[in-house]
Amino acid sequence: MFRDIGQMVILAWRTLCALPLSFRHLRKVIDQFYEIGNASLLMACILSLFIGGVLALQTGPIMVERGLSAVVGSVVGLSLCKELAPVMMAVLIAGRIGSAMAAEIGSMAVYQEIDALRTMNIDPIHYLVLPRVIAVSIALPCLVVFSILVGWVGGGIVSSANADIAVPWQAYFSSLSRVVDNWAVLNGLTKSFVFALVIGIVSCHQGLNTIGGPRGIGRSVTKAVVNSIVLILIVDYFLTRLLLQLDF
Amino acid sequence: MSQAPTKNGRPCVEVKDLRKSFGGCEVLKGINMEVDSGEIFVIMGPSGSGKSVLLRHLVGLLASDSGTVSIEGNVIDSPEILSKYRVAMVFQSGALLGSLSVAENVGLYLREHRLKKPAEIDAIVKEKLAIVGLEGAEDRMPTELSGGMKKRVSIARALVMEPQIILYDEPTSELDPLISVTIGEEIVKLREQTGATSIVVTHDRDLGFGIADRMAILRHGELVALGTPDEVRSSPREEVQTFLNATFQRQSITETQ
Repeated sequence: MFRDIGQMVILAWRTLCALPLSFRHLRKVIDQFYEIGNASLLMACILSLFIGGVLALQTGPIMVERGLSAVVGSVVGLSLCKELAPVMMAVLIAGRIGSAMAAEIGSMAVYQEIDALRTMNIDPIHYLVLPRVIAVSIALPCLVVFSILVGWVGGGIVSSANADIAVPWQAYFSSLSRVVDNWAVLNGLTKSFVFALVIGIVSCHQGLNTIGGPRGIGRSVTKAVVNSIVLILIVDYFLTRLLLQLDF
Repeated sequence: MSQAPTKNGRPCVEVKDLRKSFGGCEVLKGINMEVDSGEIFVIMGPSGSGKSVLLRHLVGLLASDSGTVSIEGNVIDSPEILSKYRVAMVFQSGALLGSLSVAENVGLYLREHRLKKPAEIDAIVKEKLAIVGLEGAEDRMPTELSGGMKKRVSIARALVMEPQIILYDEPTSELDPLISVTIGEEIVKLREQTGATSIVVTHDRDLGFGIADRMAILRHGELVALGTPDEVRSSPREEVQTFLNATFQRQSITETQ
């Protein structure tokens, strides 16, 4: 485990050092970005809509019962913004894109394509890792913004349509806008950016270290998804503490 | 195994006491050999004898436990030193990038290092594909190619680098005899055209003796024969003769039954 962590830190550092070369890989970044958006947008939309709805459904009746109907929008809005949307989208991307990254790079490692790159003096970190990490680091925050907006709508629909809550659409959004400011959105975006780096580095690391044929590829994909999700949750805790201390 | 004299006394690749183990199993047991500039050097041996492991050391894909690999007198101990030389490798499987077309695979080196303009790269790709007899295959994907075609694309990709040294890993494995002969002829033709040093790893005896200027036989991680094809053929060592003369004895099998 410690060797894996060490290797991931080195991979992250080498990817960071390669950042000035990113303009050379613009085409690949755009391709990867399109791939991520194309694969995840519909799923993100459905997921966010229902999570927003469920959040309103869980918290709404209890709050209304205690005379706190004016804060239903605030609770749903803030929870989605700071916590649910970043974590949920990160988990979605880890499963949907992280697995694809690990599988693609892993298959290239098994079938000697990465060795072929090395013999041509093409650094696999520049060619494979850098575009993917950049693309996911841009795509995940964009998806989080989309998810927050859709989640708010989902919460609003349930709040206004459910008889046990019955908070009008306008009152819901007015409550939401009182609490959710730019800093709250920035908080979610900061988290999603860090989660994206975790997904990119963990998945590419697993892919590059794949050995042992199709079974090895399967193992790498599983490890990439599981390790990414575990790390996202751990990082989320510490990041939340840090951002709270910074009054973010 | 004592070092046989090189053809013209100017070693291009020099391997000294190279050792490599995997999980306690010693795969290379102190390999010593020299390869001249411009010669076709064939490394033969049965499967599992360490041929491909040796080749991967020459191109820097594996690091040795001890011993050195030198190119033109410089010990290759880091990717930076290796990058000073143009060493191309033709992989056993072809190792073409599955997501790229034939033309993109062949032009990858030039494109990624920005050595030529796109139009020039297209022209070079066409030229190299013509050399290996694959004109018009530019837009095809690797999955649409036969094993022989993949190997020839891989050779074209190596040629684009204008290599000083080309390493071939089992260039005729999984190929029918006619394609094997074509590949063998390509290797010799390319040496004549480019003057590149060629190191060929194979267990195909016909190919080995057909194209080699000098050759080595590797068995259980040790060189058991080294010299010209005639010298190797007349080696008194039993393991060499066993490898070179192994034939299928159908009659003895049926008699035993």
